[in-house]
Amino acid sequence: MNVVPRASQWGELIRADRVHGSLYTDPAIFEAELQNIWYRTWVYVGHESEVPNANDYVVKSIGPQSVIMTRDEQGKINLLLNRCSHRGNQVCSYDKGNARSFTCPFHSWTFANDGRLVGYAFPDGYEGQDRSKLALGRVTRVQSYRGFVFGSFAAEGPTLEEHLGGAAETIDRLVRFSPEGEVEVTAGFLKHRVKANWKFILENECDGYHPAFVHSSIFGVADSAIGKLYGGASTAVTRDYGNGHTEIDLRPEFRKRDAPMSWFGTTEERLPDYTARMKAAYGNEQAREIMIDGTPHVMIFPNLFIAEIQMFVIQPLAVDDSVQHVTALQFKGAPDMNRRLRQQTMGSVGPAGLLLADDSEMYERCHRGVLARSPEWIFLGRGEQRERQDELGFKIGHVTDEIPSRGIWRHYRSLMEAV
Amino acid sequence: MLSRESSATLISAVTAFIYKEARLQDEHQYEAWEALWTDDGVYWVPANGDDIDPEKEMSIIYDNRSRISLRIKQLLTGKRHTQTPQSRLRRLVSNIELLDGQPGGDISVASNSMVFESSLRDDTIWAARNEYRLRYVDGELRMAYKKVNLVNNEKALFTLSFLI
Repeated sequence: MNVVPRASQWGELIRADRVHGSLYTDPAIFEAELQNIWYRTWVYVGHESEVPNANDYVVKSIGPQSVIMTRDEQGKINLLLNRCSHRGNQVCSYDKGNARSFTCPFHSWTFANDGRLVGYAFPDGYEGQDRSKLALGRVTRVQSYRGFVFGSFAAEGPTLEEHLGGAAETIDRLVRFSPEGEVEVTAGFLKHRVKANWKFILENECDGYHPAFVHSSIFGVADSAIGKLYGGASTAVTRDYGNGHTEIDLRPEFRKRDAPMSWFGTTEERLPDYTARMKAAYGNEQAREIMIDGTPHVMIFPNLFIAEIQMFVIQPLAVDDSVQHVTALQFKGAPDMNRRLRQQTMGSVGPAGLLLADDSEMYERCHRGVLARSPEWIFLGRGEQRERQDELGFKIGHVTDEIPSRGIWRHYRSLMEAV
Repeated sequence: MLSRESSATLISAVTAFIYKEARLQDEHQYEAWEALWTDDGVYWVPANGDDIDPEKEMSIIYDNRSRISLRIKQLLTGKRHTQTPQSRLRRLVSNIELLDGQPGGDISVASNSMVFESSLRDDTIWAARNEYRLRYVDGELRMAYKKVNLVNNEKALFTLSFLI
């Protein structure tokens, strides 16, 4: 196509039960996505625990753009664009550190870690200039939800809470796994690159149809109980929270098991310290419920995937080039639990992961596959005839049904048509 | 301190071992490669630098002996999709050096390697510094430890599902 569809034409590419293959491969559509999604809606950037102290910084991204997340001397989180306001040089070349200021190596312009221009070399050449107009660029709106920092380049629009909507509850559910109610992102990220469009990753995160096939090699040899969660007889559900957020809710299966920590393939006895701390924090009864239910499996549109024991951040670089940043979730005040979370995460994900290397193989084969011109459509109709609503009115279906993909595309269409 | 003669004998045995390991990896001889490990083997491919603490930070691979075995079993299913079909591989190994001995008598050795991988995605070049601890078990050299410091381990990497 290579011509961006007008607002009225997106419906020709995105239908209720199918989407056009060019949505994954057309460079012009990718550019439109950057403008309408990545540089407009709320995007997950980083976690407050990555910059615990005043003047800490960590380099993150929004799509292809490099973003410096700083905690300034006042303790405020800033999302600054890594681009000198003089000639565009990147002002920060390290992944993380502690710095009150960033000095551009090109002409020695110096910026405070809240973005203000505080000095330039040979200032007599700038007599009469207003320094306050030469600050670093910044992500227009910055908001946190329970430590998860999101940014939006749009000055106006829904608040972060409005954007998260019903999916905010999944983050509430997650942080309860810390006896202190806080997630920490402290284990460093694996960065896994795939030659595939970012939406193959986005849609796969809550696709409960593939695990039995893509991951059969590891389920079989690891004697894993995960496979059954995604079988035909499973009572787990897929859910569409709206705004593109989707979930695989495994709680019905874990409640049937009625065994604390079974969701993590372990027992209370093997994590005695964690169990004691959880009971002290929440009381025996509530701790038991939390530890039976397990952590959420939720894809916060467009780029934050909380996958029970780890979190992924999806970064699109080009129409056929994406990076999955992934780290073990760590719960404040839970050292024995955290060790197991790191060990399991390292085995499962990243470039050599026993699970994710196979998912990534599917993304790349799908990308090459849709370059074929016929049939033009990706068919996403599984379970359309048996969609139902949960008690809060969100659409749910069988764990293998394609409710998440349909929900993602409905929201995608609304964002692309809005401009 | 080894005499000159025994040092030459040792480096020759170690070099033969490392070449054999490289060939078994290139040719996907999974069981023969697994048999090179001691019972307490550790296979480590760090991320984000060579000197991270693998007990605290994410590594690309940080396998104890039982996870090495699991990795091999998965490859042997034939349904490890990312290796079905298998990558075609050839690697060059050089700069083999004996390093200072380890307490307990393990032989400490390092090498450089460059691997050419041809897979469905594309052709990919991997380069690394490899650090080994080797040990004689029943008269045969075995690996107790292999650490692969990829040159680009701070960057986003494509899938690495063959034996590096």
